[in-house]
Amino acid sequence: MKNILLIDFGSTYTKLTLVDVDAEEIRGTAQAFTTVESDVNEGLNAGLKLLEQKIGSFTYEECYACSSAAGGLRMITSGLVPELTGEAAKLASLGAGAKVIAIYAFQLTEDDLEEIAEAKPDIFLLVGGTDGGNTECILHNARALASMKPAFPIVIAGNRTAARQCERILEGCEIYVCPNVMPKFGALNIEPTQKKIREIFLERIILAKGLSRAAELLSDIMMPTPAAVLQAMELLSKGTAEESGIGDLVAVDVGGATTDVYSIADGMPEQMNTVFKGLPEPYSKRTVEGDIGMRYSIQGIIDAAGKEKICELSGLSEERMCALVEELKANKETVPQGDDELEALDFALASSAVKEAVARHAGTISEAYTMMGLTYVQEGKNLTRVKQIVVTGGSLIHTKRTEAIASHALFSPSEASSLRPREANVWVDRTYILAAMGLLSSHYPDVALRIMKKELEYHGHSQQTLN
Amino acid sequence: METRNKKVLVIGVIGADVHAVGNKILYHAFTQAGFEVVNLGVMVSQEEYIAAAIESSADAIVVSSLYGQGELDCRGMREKCDEAGLKGIPLVVGGNIVIGKQRFEEVEERFKAMGFDRAFPPGTTPETTIQALRELLGMDGTNE
Repeated sequence: MKNILLIDFGSTYTKLTLVDVDAEEIRGTAQAFTTVESDVNEGLNAGLKLLEQKIGSFTYEECYACSSAAGGLRMITSGLVPELTGEAAKLASLGAGAKVIAIYAFQLTEDDLEEIAEAKPDIFLLVGGTDGGNTECILHNARALASMKPAFPIVIAGNRTAARQCERILEGCEIYVCPNVMPKFGALNIEPTQKKIREIFLERIILAKGLSRAAELLSDIMMPTPAAVLQAMELLSKGTAEESGIGDLVAVDVGGATTDVYSIADGMPEQMNTVFKGLPEPYSKRTVEGDIGMRYSIQGIIDAAGKEKICELSGLSEERMCALVEELKANKETVPQGDDELEALDFALASSAVKEAVARHAGTISEAYTMMGLTYVQEGKNLTRVKQIVVTGGSLIHTKRTEAIASHALFSPSEASSLRPREANVWVDRTYILAAMGLLSSHYPDVALRIMKKELEYHGHSQQTLN
Repeated sequence: METRNKKVLVIGVIGADVHAVGNKILYHAFTQAGFEVVNLGVMVSQEEYIAAAIESSADAIVVSSLYGQGELDCRGMREKCDEAGLKGIPLVVGGNIVIGKQRFEEVEERFKAMGFDRAFPPGTTPETTIQALRELLGMDGTNE
């Protein structure tokens, strides 16, 4: 028996997972309130005590943790053209597990600087220009940032021609230089920047977020929770040399405030007569919808889906639906717990959240008539061939209708331009193990993969619906 | 440190035009002639040329059109360049840029009025365009 403790310091809960890597099984899970303001160890100890009550006293040989406590890893980025280096900076930050609180394009203004000072990001990512290309913008932005005497670290990952000069301009600040996120037009190189962001998170942010005391306990890695989940999804998709993965996948985590979507797939055009436009997207892609969430962002779901759709899916009258939504806004901790009306409403909200978030994550296709006949133009990732969907989040776990909710992630003939999966197996992470397995995978990939394949619950095969 | 000594061209086929062969030939010809080429491929919108030219700090934009709708597709491009801060960037267009048989002198006049620096008729060799670009960019023999 070799026990390993995996900790996820969440914004609300500290979740513990104890794994026996020799037996390849989860020995138990427990959660307690996160206590990042006072001493993070209080919550951790409370969680350990709970776990002990469940499975008896235990020891562990290694301990790894991820964190999204104290607001997670909050980043601001600035690029040149919004669709090009601006987008590259956003993709790099999200893939590193950050919460992107603002994205700026072109030259930073005085107003922007005031907003940045106010927002106090954990890391600022400064990019712009392809290698040998535009230097004016990134130099201007470096000077603007220098003028505000930033207390946050700045990662410079723009035009390499300007890198040294940016360094000089920002001398005295905490700066890190990385290779350009977009070295050539249409080519992304975001991994080195993501690695650097994770290192800064490890060295600096953990101290700032009051997690250092817990750090004594840890054997090694510490990463932002979304980065751990992305790592788990990559492993589940690709597999290892020993154990096969489940292939291309889409994962959706519907939370109270935001909805995260991950896709592990190439997503390039299927057919010869399709022209691809825009930046090529990363094989492992993460997006976060800040306005789509079951409680804090409930209004965003309704705005996106429309009241009629929520009424149709829930079977509630508009009046009743609106009244219940007001209740949920006032009491964000409310769970349906057998209340038929609330269950129906949560079903409608979760379905709409899944649909909207996956639609924003997936690419689109449009028809264009040319002299050579009908041609298709694809933007973003084509996920129609993806055959696996992994879902998690309270509203999908605590319901019997998981598959019905997840089916809203699928392609719909009425929105044929949205390139969502046509049919897929639905897997549910009922015990919230994804982040823990991402952590475990750094050292025990085979074990983490086999545990995921065992623990994720098969929840039916879904085909496209007519809505 | 590496400094940029090559001139950068942004090229592509404008509008709903999918003629890919000429685009590839131009890409190779320009590259061989010593240019740094950002090739946007086919079905390129004005905005895409402009965005790519901003990021790469391009020295000129070369627009191709083979399907006869080039005049419509190119309208307003100079104004958009001005708006995006690419003031004065050389714009060059070539191919089968108008419908039917028209006197090319008139066609060229119309494209010049639209703000294009040079326009080339069907059948122009890459060498002609390369020479014109060298003139436009002040490279005549000095940058070899």
